[in-house]
Amino acid sequence: MSVLDRFETHTYDVLVIGAGGAGLRAAIEASACGAKVALICKSLLGKAHTVMAEGGIAAALANVDNQDNWQTHFKDTMKGGKFLNNYRMAELHAKESPERVIELEKWGALFDRTQEGKILQRAFGGHSYKRLSHVGDRTGLEMIRTLQDKGVHMGIDVYMECTVTRLFKTNGKISGAFAYWRENGRFIVFNAKAVILATGGVGKAYKITSNSWEYTADGQILAYKAGAELIDCEFVQFHPTGMIWPPGVIGLLVTEAVRGEGGLLKNNKGERFMQKYDPAKMELSTRDVVARAIYTENKEDRGSPHGGAFLDISHKGAEYIKKKLPSMYHQFKELADVDITIGPMEVGPTCHYSMGGVRVDAETALTNIPGLYACGEVAAGLHGANRLGGNSLSDLLVFGRRAGMYAAEYTRLDKEILQIKDTDINMAEKEMTGFFENKSDENPYTIHTELQELMQNNVGIFRVEGDLKHAISELKTLSVRAENVKVTGSRMYNPGWHMAYDLKNMILYSEAIAKCALQRKESRGAHSRIDFPNTDPEHGRWNSIVKMSSDENILVDKLPLSEISSELKKFFDTDPVMVKK
Amino acid sequence: MKEAVFKIYRGDSSAGKEVLYKVPVEEGMVVLDAVHYIQRNLSPDIAVRWNCKAAKCGSCSAEVNGKPRLMCKTRLDDFNLNDEIYIRPMKSFPVIKDLVCDVSWNFEVNKKIKPFTPKENTKWIMKQRDVDRVQEFRKCIECFACQNVCHVIRDHNLKPKFAGPRFFVRIAGLEMHPLDSENRLEQLKNEYGIGFCNITKCCTEVCPEDIHITDNAIIPLKERVVDRFYDPLKMFFRKILSRR
Repeated sequence: MSVLDRFETHTYDVLVIGAGGAGLRAAIEASACGAKVALICKSLLGKAHTVMAEGGIAAALANVDNQDNWQTHFKDTMKGGKFLNNYRMAELHAKESPERVIELEKWGALFDRTQEGKILQRAFGGHSYKRLSHVGDRTGLEMIRTLQDKGVHMGIDVYMECTVTRLFKTNGKISGAFAYWRENGRFIVFNAKAVILATGGVGKAYKITSNSWEYTADGQILAYKAGAELIDCEFVQFHPTGMIWPPGVIGLLVTEAVRGEGGLLKNNKGERFMQKYDPAKMELSTRDVVARAIYTENKEDRGSPHGGAFLDISHKGAEYIKKKLPSMYHQFKELADVDITIGPMEVGPTCHYSMGGVRVDAETALTNIPGLYACGEVAAGLHGANRLGGNSLSDLLVFGRRAGMYAAEYTRLDKEILQIKDTDINMAEKEMTGFFENKSDENPYTIHTELQELMQNNVGIFRVEGDLKHAISELKTLSVRAENVKVTGSRMYNPGWHMAYDLKNMILYSEAIAKCALQRKESRGAHSRIDFPNTDPEHGRWNSIVKMSSDENILVDKLPLSEISSELKKFFDTDPVMVKK
Repeated sequence: MKEAVFKIYRGDSSAGKEVLYKVPVEEGMVVLDAVHYIQRNLSPDIAVRWNCKAAKCGSCSAEVNGKPRLMCKTRLDDFNLNDEIYIRPMKSFPVIKDLVCDVSWNFEVNKKIKPFTPKENTKWIMKQRDVDRVQEFRKCIECFACQNVCHVIRDHNLKPKFAGPRFFVRIAGLEMHPLDSENRLEQLKNEYGIGFCNITKCCTEVCPEDIHITDNAIIPLKERVVDRFYDPLKMFFRKILSRR
């Protein structure tokens, strides 16, 4: 009897893990290319974090500002990322995102319109022109629903509420994955020629976050454990405007579109404090700058009552606000008793996005493991040290499509289905069932709360060597405790059990963040060191890279920046604003 | 500190009971916060679905004191905290465990709806006023509260023959899309049983996105079906014409 006889098993060409914008787009493309595709998601279909994206999708359509073009979008992205971006990814992204937006419209998406009936675009931080196609402040919902409705007609098998816990390799190539059904706790073995990771970020490792329970670095750690490389882990984006009162809503996102539509940031003296930090762009400065500004205003006692800043859009009038920012209006009205058409909202920084993640090839989204691809937030490179608002949704589409296309091609060329080793399957099973046999009385939620406090306080917006070292040593302790977590109840829909596994991923990736942050002795983009407050050109020549050492420890090193093409190099040689720091 | 007392359904498809929990109340707290408190401190294996916690994803639907609500949007200060607050899973779908129920039927219905099919040679120019009415339908976050209260599903369990308000909203969004060329009226009449709806507006009342499901989606669709299949004048002409 084979080990496999004990499990539900399925065989696919391409396994897509994660069903947000990137995963859905990848699955659609792989399926369109003829591959047999499974799409696996931890939640129900259509609930992934893409629905939370509010402001818009960046693409140089030039419908509103006709001077816009891909070159400007490329330059804005590079400048926003403090030149640590992968050049080729930024180029492909800027060139292909208009096509991807138009494609969404052809699949049934309904964006807001200009007077002439074209797709409307709005201003956003760090973008030189009005560039974000949008639907009021619910652009992500429109996008995910469009992709979902397209996907269900393509013959993709969707595994909802299903969590992947391990990737399998055979002869150095990807051969499948191990997963459990959340509903009944039963295990599944997927045999697959290629796997596309599209699992999103790691926001749940921080206390104040806009991310939901799903964002626990699953993909990053699945890849890392399979031998893939991670880069740029130190760059964690704190969105400057999250809700900060009442306690239950702390961290909830307040879209950048509030500022894009003319919202003003003020301190408790009524001053528009961005004057001091970025007088040219003011409220529409990049997210790293605005988040630090709000933090600094508070340090210097000019913050709002609950430790943030005031964001005011009321001068635009009630009708305009309700039309352009309807969900913000309802969110504040219903959850905070604040009418944003009359007065300001109170906002402060919230952990939002991870620029770092799995290292991929720009063209194909392939990692360094044959058959393993990554796209969307879990992949790194496009955004460098800081992501511009609106570039995430376009990232999902551009690189989701590429991952799907190249994974399908790979499975066409490499026809063999590799056999998964029995010992690997047994180990994967034991990892998940072991929690029920542990003898300690550690509660997974307690450790999670401690992790969030630790990361928030020591590896947050401002960092310093002592704190980072403290965090690294504490993470070791948490990691040992997490191994011994005791899970009670059965395997049937048991969030405590799910958390026990997610916790290990979060702790491991947190260590990668802290170690990369310790290595980068400068301040750049989303990474601010109190002990090294300046940007150092020497540090602008490399990305952090994370690998597993032979004794299974996290190894951090420096990786020289990717090569730049001669065409792109011209921008840097001729354009004064592109002078690197 | 103030305290709220909850009675929450704990159990699975075979059996279950209401379990009492006491939760300290913080300012601005919502029902989902209370369930999370219970999960963290009292009962780590209590099952609940949630994601965004901002009324944007539609995951955390449940019946709070008998009313279908998004738990992330239901504030404790809307209740008299001297009374117990009851939370149960949605009644119209089979329970999996505790507050989580099996909503997979909805995803099966969605698959059968004919997709958006643009008119040939379209220039992709649309006026905002034409887009406006469809955008209302596209606000739907698929919380399935409307499906849960619809008596055709809840009381008569006509699921296989009836698509439910959520999918009438979706079809309305397709049928009224300025550039769509597909016709879904026959499907609406036969497969989706739009005739079963007798416009009691229960769905509209519970929609957390304030979509006017009955007035703006269902009634116009019913009118189109009636025009197409039951207009006596048209029926007469069709008969005459088909005889020739």
